Amino acid sequence: MIPSISLEITVLILGIFLLLAESFSKSDDKRGLAKAAIAILVALIGFSFFAKADVGDLAPFYTADATALFFKRIALLTTVIVLIMALEYQSVLQKFIPGLTPGAGLGEFYSLPVFTCAGLMFMASAVDFLLIFVSLELVTISFYVLVAYMRRQSACLEAGVKYLILGALSTGFLVYGITWIFGVTGQTNLELIRQVVEAGHVPEAPFLFGVVLILIALGFKIAAVPFQLWVPDVYQGAPTPITAFLSVGSKAAGFIVLLRVLQPFLASPETSGKILTVLGILAGATLIYGNLAALPQDNFKRLLAYSSIAHAGYLLIAVASVSSSPEGFASSRVAVAYYLAGYLLMTLLSFLILIVVARHSRGDDIAHFNGLGKRSPFLAFGLLVAMLSLAGIPFTVGFFGKFLVFATAVQAHNYGLLGIGIVTVGAGFYYYLRVVAAMYWLEPGDDTVITIAPLTRFTIGALTLFIFVFGIFPQPILNSLKGVPIEVRTVLHP
Amino acid sequence: MLSLIIFIPILAALAILVGAPARKTAFGAAVAQFALTLFALLSYDKKAGGYQFMSVSPIVPDWKLNYAVGADGLSLVMLLLTGIVTLAAVWVTPKIEKREGLFYACLLFISAGAAGAFASTDLFFFYSFHELALIPTFLLIGLWGTGERYTAAWKITIYLGIGSIVLLIGLIDLYLAVPEGSRTFSIIELQSTSGLIPAAAQSRPYLFLLIGFGVLISLFPFHSWAPPAYASAPTPVAMLHAGVLKKFGLYGLIRIALPLLPEGAKAWASLLLILLVGNIIYVGLVTIAQKKLDLLLGYSSVMHMGYIFLGIAALNIVGVSGAALLMFAHGLSIAALFAMAGFLREKNPLLLLDSFGGVAKSAPWLAFAFGLAAFASIGLPGFANFASELSVFFGAFKPGPGLAAPNFQLATVFALWGVVISAVYMLRAYRAIFLGAPGKDAAEWADPVKSLRWPVILLLALLLIAGFAPGAFLAYLQPSIQALLPK
Repeated sequence: MIPSISLEITVLILGIFLLLAESFSKSDDKRGLAKAAIAILVALIGFSFFAKADVGDLAPFYTADATALFFKRIALLTTVIVLIMALEYQSVLQKFIPGLTPGAGLGEFYSLPVFTCAGLMFMASAVDFLLIFVSLELVTISFYVLVAYMRRQSACLEAGVKYLILGALSTGFLVYGITWIFGVTGQTNLELIRQVVEAGHVPEAPFLFGVVLILIALGFKIAAVPFQLWVPDVYQGAPTPITAFLSVGSKAAGFIVLLRVLQPFLASPETSGKILTVLGILAGATLIYGNLAALPQDNFKRLLAYSSIAHAGYLLIAVASVSSSPEGFASSRVAVAYYLAGYLLMTLLSFLILIVVARHSRGDDIAHFNGLGKRSPFLAFGLLVAMLSLAGIPFTVGFFGKFLVFATAVQAHNYGLLGIGIVTVGAGFYYYLRVVAAMYWLEPGDDTVITIAPLTRFTIGALTLFIFVFGIFPQPILNSLKGVPIEVRTVLHP
Repeated sequence: MLSLIIFIPILAALAILVGAPARKTAFGAAVAQFALTLFALLSYDKKAGGYQFMSVSPIVPDWKLNYAVGADGLSLVMLLLTGIVTLAAVWVTPKIEKREGLFYACLLFISAGAAGAFASTDLFFFYSFHELALIPTFLLIGLWGTGERYTAAWKITIYLGIGSIVLLIGLIDLYLAVPEGSRTFSIIELQSTSGLIPAAAQSRPYLFLLIGFGVLISLFPFHSWAPPAYASAPTPVAMLHAGVLKKFGLYGLIRIALPLLPEGAKAWASLLLILLVGNIIYVGLVTIAQKKLDLLLGYSSVMHMGYIFLGIAALNIVGVSGAALLMFAHGLSIAALFAMAGFLREKNPLLLLDSFGGVAKSAPWLAFAFGLAAFASIGLPGFANFASELSVFFGAFKPGPGLAAPNFQLATVFALWGVVISAVYMLRAYRAIFLGAPGKDAAEWADPVKSLRWPVILLLALLLIAGFAPGAFLAYLQPSIQALLPK
């Protein structure tokens, strides 16, 4: 057994090593860096199964429960696939960054995601507001750089500026919220806050104010309406691998933090009802906006941005229907974790195929996918599976996730949200199947042969397979979520 | 064995997608599937009754979610319907000009989905298998359909998608309505304990199920997806969808809603009666107004759902087993009608009734077979439709305990008028196409080649057998349905 924190430390060392290697290496070809990072991160996913739950003296701010390890694996896997995408995306990237040699400036593009990954992994384990804040900043600051990476392209710069300003704003909300919570409870540790809130010594108004501020900050991260305004432009402008990273990694981290902070926030029966109402409204608004705004989109990347908002809505249904039982059929924790795992597979698969197709078709509109079923049956089938899973067709992970999410809502008698969910699923059928219709109904616009690198082909195949495997046999994912529930079990010395 | 019935088409579809000869593989799979269903039907031990050929493999043990198949008499009759209509559909498929492999693969997926739904004894897989047919239908109508095919494909997919989600919520609600500790996805286990769900908690899940299944069955007023989809769909798809897949919802009502939520069924019986009269009278009148054969058949298939609903709503053995037999009979007759509409479409793509005339002279076989199928559809004696409709009317006239008999009697009177309505539109269509002055291009008409006549003969023969000896089928249906009805 290895201490869980060694995973994060290894990732950080890897990041620093990659930066140094990029500075001192003479070679123009920086792809070796990415490949080394991929290999080490994959190895770390394997090691994560041997991490021990006991964290010793770190307990006041760090936990290694089943949920934390699960989200660490999500972060690692996401980073691996993002790096594979980055390799595929290299030719586009080179066009838009200045430099004397062909490989100049590419190294950082491979090493910064590793830092993001470390931040995401810390966030998965954080049970103290200070660690939550610090790891969130590590993630966000590396994203500031990555989003604006192609600085010769105006759309990318615009995305970078938007993300910077709104990201900084949300950070402000978070810090201010933490201050208010600290002010009324005198604690930053989530478990201690929970005890104070449960004891009922907390004045209601300032506590709720702090809670709302933190929910706003997290709303920015998970792209909940009305804090989603940055999403479409940033997603469309950012380099596609980074868009994928934002939409999966950033969202997963936002949700684990949300699940963790809800434990103390909902501890008091006097305020929990109000907070759940706020979450329910967020969920409903996010569902409606994300799904309806996705309907008229013609650009696939932008469509995926709205789809990302829409899925945040489904996840919020589960969060707003949080129940007392942390395990079992209608448990919000299991539903959110499973949904995110499935969301990772299907979203990264879509982005990966988008990168391949966009490189050959010189564009990322839905029209560029016309007749893909004829041009490349392999890519078309992969994207078909991804779209069906996003739409929620049975025997895919996407369906099983929706199944669990709706189960939490039925359990909590959230019929309003269910009603909205029924309509938005119908909308989802339309905009996801539009891509399927373009691929299979229509004739190809151009007939250039699509070449796929072996590593990319393998990744597409594996993601497609896993979408089915975990859609039919969800037990492995559910097993890895068993064990210590999300409530923080630490030995504390108040 | 039941798993084989489900997975043979799936494996064949995958083989076709990776390059096996499309038509031969599909035909082989359809024959194998049909032979297996026939074998299962004959080897079913009627004395022992209950579910047989069971096999279970755990998926999520904690929630008692299993991949479980098993069949009683009701499932077997529906599987037989699936097998025979699949075979006929693959058989009558004309030469596919573009992407033949994808066409047959999609067709086989629809068949596998239907078979899986009928054979599953687990709520989760019962639901999931049905959805397997959704996307193949979307692709089939959009790629190979006729007329307004894009609109039709979108309409059916989104409609059925929403209906399915309502159904899913209903099933989850049903699962959670069971007291904690006895929760299971196994349909058999849920049925074995009577009164598992408290009477007061039955009303809401039943409404979800009624609406969810109702959309899939094209219950009035959720029916508007069906006629345009069947009109635009390629012939084999219309046969499979109208003949087999639409029966899934009815099957679900009998299999799940009646035994588990009997109080819910009683509570919403009046609403169902109003809606089903809408199916029979309103849609019936709309059918009379149709000017194209394909739309006419589409609307008529929606209309006939009303009778089946009436039988199910009656909640007694006569009514529900009549409904089950009618599901079988309607599946065969509508498949035969769509198959022959497909023959007609080859010469007259628009299928406008006015443009036909005198086809009987040059295509006597077609005229004869179409006449038989039309008579069956109207419900003339000698066909299974007659026996089962009669049984539905008797059942509905004296409904099960706890139901308001006068309402049912009124609905039955309306339903009887429905028979007149279907006679009007079917006979008018027959006259317009086959009799009278020769229409446009009348000289070019000819009977379908001999090999294409067999699937239609097969369907009609089974209709006649079931019409003259309904007892042979009721021997399968009645004991199973007796076990599903509230005690």
